[in-house]
Amino acid sequence: MKRTVPLIIAGTVGFVLIVSYFIPYTESWGEDAMTWFNILAAIAFVLGAGNLVKMHLKKISDQQAGWGYSAITLAAFFFTLIVGMLKIGVTPSEKYPTNAWAGPYDQAGSAFRWVYDYLFLPLSATMFAMLAFYIASAAFRAFRAKNVEAIALLTTAFIVLLGRTYAGVWLTDWIPEESIGLEADALRLDNVTGTIMNTFNLAGMRAITIGIALGVASTSLKVLLGVDRSYLGSTDD
Amino acid sequence: MRFHHAALILALILGWNAMAHSQDAPRPPSDVIAVDQPNDVGNTVDVSWSLSPDDRADVSPRLVTRYDVYRRAVGEEEFVKVGDQPPGASTLADSNAVRDTEYLYQVVAVGPDEAESAPAAAAATVVPRMEYFRRDRAWFAVIVFCICSTVVAFIVIARSGRELYIRKIPGLEAVDEAVGRATEMGRDCLFVPGIMDINDIQTVAGINVLSRVSQLTAEFGARLEVPTARSLVMTAARETVEASYYAAGRPDAYNEDDIYYISDEQFGYVAGAMGAMVRERPAACFYMGVFYAESLLLAETGNSIGAIQVAGTAMPAQLPFFVAACDYTLIGEEFFAASAYLSGEASQLGSLRGQDVGKLLVAFLLLVGCSAATIAGLTDSDSAETALTFIKDHVLGDKGFLP
Amino acid sequence: MYTFLRDLDRRWIFLLMGIVATVPILAGWRFPEDPSPMVRDVFHAIEDLPDGSRIFMAYDYDPASQGELHPMALAFTRHCALKGHKLYFFTLWPQGGPLIQQNIRLIERNFPDYEYGEDYVNLGYRSGQEGPIKVIVTDLRKSVAVDVNGTSLSEIPMTRDIRNIQQMDLIVNVSAGYPGTKEWVLYASTPYNIETVAGCTGVSAPYLYPYYPEQLAGILGAIKAAAEYEYTLIEEYPQLKDDPTAQEALRRMGPQLVAHVTLIVLIIVGNTIYFVGRSRGDVT
Repeated sequence: MKRTVPLIIAGTVGFVLIVSYFIPYTESWGEDAMTWFNILAAIAFVLGAGNLVKMHLKKISDQQAGWGYSAITLAAFFFTLIVGMLKIGVTPSEKYPTNAWAGPYDQAGSAFRWVYDYLFLPLSATMFAMLAFYIASAAFRAFRAKNVEAIALLTTAFIVLLGRTYAGVWLTDWIPEESIGLEADALRLDNVTGTIMNTFNLAGMRAITIGIALGVASTSLKVLLGVDRSYLGSTDD
Repeated sequence: MRFHHAALILALILGWNAMAHSQDAPRPPSDVIAVDQPNDVGNTVDVSWSLSPDDRADVSPRLVTRYDVYRRAVGEEEFVKVGDQPPGASTLADSNAVRDTEYLYQVVAVGPDEAESAPAAAAATVVPRMEYFRRDRAWFAVIVFCICSTVVAFIVIARSGRELYIRKIPGLEAVDEAVGRATEMGRDCLFVPGIMDINDIQTVAGINVLSRVSQLTAEFGARLEVPTARSLVMTAARETVEASYYAAGRPDAYNEDDIYYISDEQFGYVAGAMGAMVRERPAACFYMGVFYAESLLLAETGNSIGAIQVAGTAMPAQLPFFVAACDYTLIGEEFFAASAYLSGEASQLGSLRGQDVGKLLVAFLLLVGCSAATIAGLTDSDSAETALTFIKDHVLGDKGFLP
Repeated sequence: MYTFLRDLDRRWIFLLMGIVATVPILAGWRFPEDPSPMVRDVFHAIEDLPDGSRIFMAYDYDPASQGELHPMALAFTRHCALKGHKLYFFTLWPQGGPLIQQNIRLIERNFPDYEYGEDYVNLGYRSGQEGPIKVIVTDLRKSVAVDVNGTSLSEIPMTRDIRNIQQMDLIVNVSAGYPGTKEWVLYASTPYNIETVAGCTGVSAPYLYPYYPEQLAGILGAIKAAAEYEYTLIEEYPQLKDDPTAQEALRRMGPQLVAHVTLIVLIIVGNTIYFVGRSRGDVT
């Protein structure tokens, strides 16, 4: 029962979504199914938050390694939750001036917005910017001309790296537009980069995408037909 | 002389009035056509018209500021406005119509100061009808049916007990090897199931691989840690890992707290997972699911702690990062195939075979399309041109099953 | 030297990258751009629309990708406002709301004639990943009944007659990942033939190129394409030449150039170590 009911739900909803793509009358059924998932996923936030609090409280109480980070996590979590829910610093909207909580929670000047602008935004940007450093270390460590394929990869990388900046233009600007009756400017690095990206890379991406689409179709079918049940915790019913 | 002055003034006034009139009320649009939009639920009518002669982009200020579209049901008296379009636009889809109701449409050009032209009515009424099947997606339905029936057929064949040849997937042995190495070193295994929710099929495929990894850690006695970015994934992962530990006869070794939620926020989650990696120093790291910019952050951190790393994702943009930084990477459809392969079940392996036959089918279609395009391009063959047009308009386009 | 480089701590590489990226920022290096055909296609998709067309600005990015995507989002907003288009801002990313407000601030500062509700509207964020796309493509009010201020769409002049986004003349999507361009193409642009242009991070651009030119009228891939777009915009609207806020992407091309050259140097050094090591028998 514990696994049969989810399997029936998964199968039914899955087939409704497929059918709704082909039959106009059922188009809205697919939308309804999506709405239900969103409601469930929203409720599951509570589950996640509960687990987060439990895990970190346990770490603090056991004084496990790195418990200080847990304390910071919990403090940040509750601070953001409270200032967001209580709309601290939010002024009422013009439409409902008498209702103190009528303004949006992320209104400019509110405490939540302050957290967003001065903590969340720079921290997120920092994490993303770290990619530049990690790419540098990966380039230094992993890009080795070990065989012919690796040499082709390296050559392509050099061309694209240069072609994606002004360096490409600067280095190969001297190549004439036409030479011996051929469009010689196709050899300029920025143009070669375009050819690599729009021809070779595009063809490869298409092949990978088709393979992925088939994999998705096959895996989805397994789930819908109940052949694959491992995501429910068991291969047995 | 006085008469001449009077005539001039009169002419100026008349001319001014005429000019003012033409500025206020533009000339109407023409050729208004209203047709039922095909392949819908019967609530949309496509209205098109030829622009008003006064609708010119080179005149400033513009003499037409918008077009108002009106409709009335046959039997009703008044026209009701259903929408407007900016100058230069000559179509509008009225998606607010009621099925099986007969309508008459008219379009009015509106000038500055809201002066309206005379209405231009459609020559014929229109009745929006519902279609029972989207004919524009007929070929897509055929292709979906072919691929799905191939997969289902091979699942049935595999279930009947017939032996199927299944291709080897390089890199899969690495999963066993990585868990074995972690056990030997007395260190943990870390499994990252991507950052998407359980409704993403890649996450489901990742959880399938987790099933195998947790079975191995249960057998070998290694600790498995699974940080998740979604609550539902955490719940599914717990169910899966618990079942694997039970199946391996080690329910005592299962610790629910090893599978935990960090944050839905992409980089918040990555920071948490990287922190766990640096502190716990797992010997084997698995990244199986949907990844975005965090792929390289995770893989480089894993590399810095000397972990053996196996990744699997169908995110083409992230594959190069995993290939560069991990020991083994399951690329695209290999990842989906891996989850079937690792399970070892006959029916799942059958689906893998079906997937391969689907690939052959796609390759065949590609070949047909490319050949038709090449022949049509190089020769004047009418049949190749017809075939190409059919593929473009009907198979890939929206003109229905047959011409 | 060989041993030093072979055993080099990665933190030295981080430091090197930090320094080389900082110098051009401080020095303010700029370079001319040569807009690619795809960038020109994006530009013309907006430029060639009749003035006052309806543009759905789907800005699906967050603070993390702000550095790479915000300049192109601002350029899109500026271009649409220069053309007098009507803008409908919307995001599927919970963190995207304040970034839309930054785009609106650009309109308020530079286009005083633009009025909220008449010329632009902020429909805000809707949860449910790609779910809202599937809904608003047939029924806008089913997912978005009110704007970000809680005003009913029926009370806002520019949304009063909008039933769904099929009535839009163009979708402009700036996407940092999921949900993003792929979802807009799959659930809105392709099935309902709505013209769409997209801007995305460099890493996801190759994944979207297969959609060009049939399903996407053009794609801006990363900061390089954004710089080319700004360059095209300045060519067409010379009044922007002295406005530094219209050159955010162009400003970022300096660090990008130096960082790319550094990467090439690092790859060459890494390979030199590899070959020296192989000749010495250190590596196989």
